[in-house]
Amino acid sequence: MPRPRTKWTERCVEVTLVVAASTSIILVGLIFLFLFREAAPFVQHPGLSSLMGDRWIPVSFQKEQFGIYPLVTGSILVTAIATVVAVPFGVIGAVYLSEVARPAETETLKPFIELLAGIPSVVIGFFGLVVLAPFVKAAFGLETGLNAFTGGLLLGLMAIPTIMSVSEDALRSVPASYKQASLALGGNQIQTIWRITVPAALPGIVAAVMLGMGRVIGETMAVMMVTGDAAQTTFKPFESVRTMTATIAAEMGEVPFGSDHYRALFWVGIILLVATFLLNIVAQRVLKRYSVRQ
Amino acid sequence: MRQRSNGFLAIWAMRIIFYLLVSSVGIIVLDILWKGLPSISLSFLLDSPRRSGAEGGIFPAIVGTVYLVTGAIAAALPLGIASAVYLSEYAKQGLFTRGVRFAIITLAGVPSVVFGLFGLGLFVIFLGFGASVLAGSLTLACMILPTIIVASEEALQAVPRELREASLALGATRWQTIWRSVLPYSVSGIMTGSILGIGRAAGETAPILLTAAAFFLPNLPESPFDQVMALPYHLYILATQHPEAAKVRGMQYGTALVLLVLVLGINMAAILLRGRFRKKYRW
Repeated sequence: MPRPRTKWTERCVEVTLVVAASTSIILVGLIFLFLFREAAPFVQHPGLSSLMGDRWIPVSFQKEQFGIYPLVTGSILVTAIATVVAVPFGVIGAVYLSEVARPAETETLKPFIELLAGIPSVVIGFFGLVVLAPFVKAAFGLETGLNAFTGGLLLGLMAIPTIMSVSEDALRSVPASYKQASLALGGNQIQTIWRITVPAALPGIVAAVMLGMGRVIGETMAVMMVTGDAAQTTFKPFESVRTMTATIAAEMGEVPFGSDHYRALFWVGIILLVATFLLNIVAQRVLKRYSVRQ
Repeated sequence: MRQRSNGFLAIWAMRIIFYLLVSSVGIIVLDILWKGLPSISLSFLLDSPRRSGAEGGIFPAIVGTVYLVTGAIAAALPLGIASAVYLSEYAKQGLFTRGVRFAIITLAGVPSVVFGLFGLGLFVIFLGFGASVLAGSLTLACMILPTIIVASEEALQAVPRELREASLALGATRWQTIWRSVLPYSVSGIMTGSILGIGRAAGETAPILLTAAAFFLPNLPESPFDQVMALPYHLYILATQHPEAAKVRGMQYGTALVLLVLVLGINMAAILLRGRFRKKYRW
């Protein structure tokens, strides 16, 4: 018995679902659109070239300066330190979980990593501010513990869950026959791990590190609370710095709407967006191309 | 023999590194718990702040966070589930589907502070919502959308093909099949994903900093167009901007503990639900 009403319902449902699914695409478009919309007038005045400088002095009685170099180098420095911290822990942790730990051990330990991934960044930043920074200050005999090094340590910690879980997936998808062949040839467990399993999973691990770095670059609250809030161009780990994210979050609240400063902050946002966007695309490409499982 | 002992040492080295990591997580949680607990009392949870947060409680911040998260989930859940149903049940290989998947991955990678800028540009300014519960909720909704879509799609995919085939073979239409045979079995999986999204939304600071939050509002918001206090933002301001930051450590630790318990409690609920779900349905 043909029921036209059902057919009509079916059609409606499908159209609704297509519309819902396209919101993601629209949203990405809107993000780019609105960032550029707010940033655009800056191009005419004071001009994009004023972003290319090494002084970020957005509020000044004489001449405001919007050189973003100190913010970019701040982000790069903190990200580099975080990566140096996170990669060994994340990768070795993943190897340990997937190749060494017994199932019961994995089940006990993994919740700790999920726990770490769940702690809000402002809480981690608070811990960094009141516990880690004084510790770093005392341990290295510094004037202040609020510097790029402390920020890098915290952000490294926050990137570990991402790096670990993606690396673990990559390691677990290495075919068992590879390992069996190595063991059959007389390789011991550790030789099999470092010469067979890890190299076979390397593309996935590289992608994991890139995704972790994407998270670090975009992290805001923790880094804002512990890096010392000084926009200066430096590559010394024990100096105070100011990242791009922290600058936006700290200054956007007080900036007059529509001012040059306001628009400059949107440019900083665009740079951030493009940087994380590129990192993610490359990481996804690597994951897709080399994934053994698919 | 030498080879063997090398391997043994290396494995212990790895074990030590891993346990070092686990204990640093433990230290953070225990530190917050230990120093936060003395501040927790009924009046801390149920009073309004006094003397710009140096005394009193954090009730408006808790309520504000609940409002923001409820709004975010109300906006993101229907959209996210609908997108997931499309991707899992309707999508054909093609440019549109590839585009949607690419967009989801892109959204998942956008830094939260950039979402804040976007929310500021679109909701606060362009649509004229002002800094408000509404603008903050919608910004958070955009942020958690990819989490919900990915988790929901996974839950839908986990329902076996045979169930759909049986329903279709009995003459049910596509939508009837989805509504009566697929969705009921994926509800718990979808809920797990949404709860993880809620946890993320509750802990985020940067987006609401730009779109919704105010530091000191002794009164609760009366309409969606009012500003709100929020737990993460309250902690941030107390810890960094408060004139007597070092003297109000107790308040800071108390706020941090409430936020931590809230977010971890939400995540824990998701993990428990996932476990029950796995036990209940073994296809």
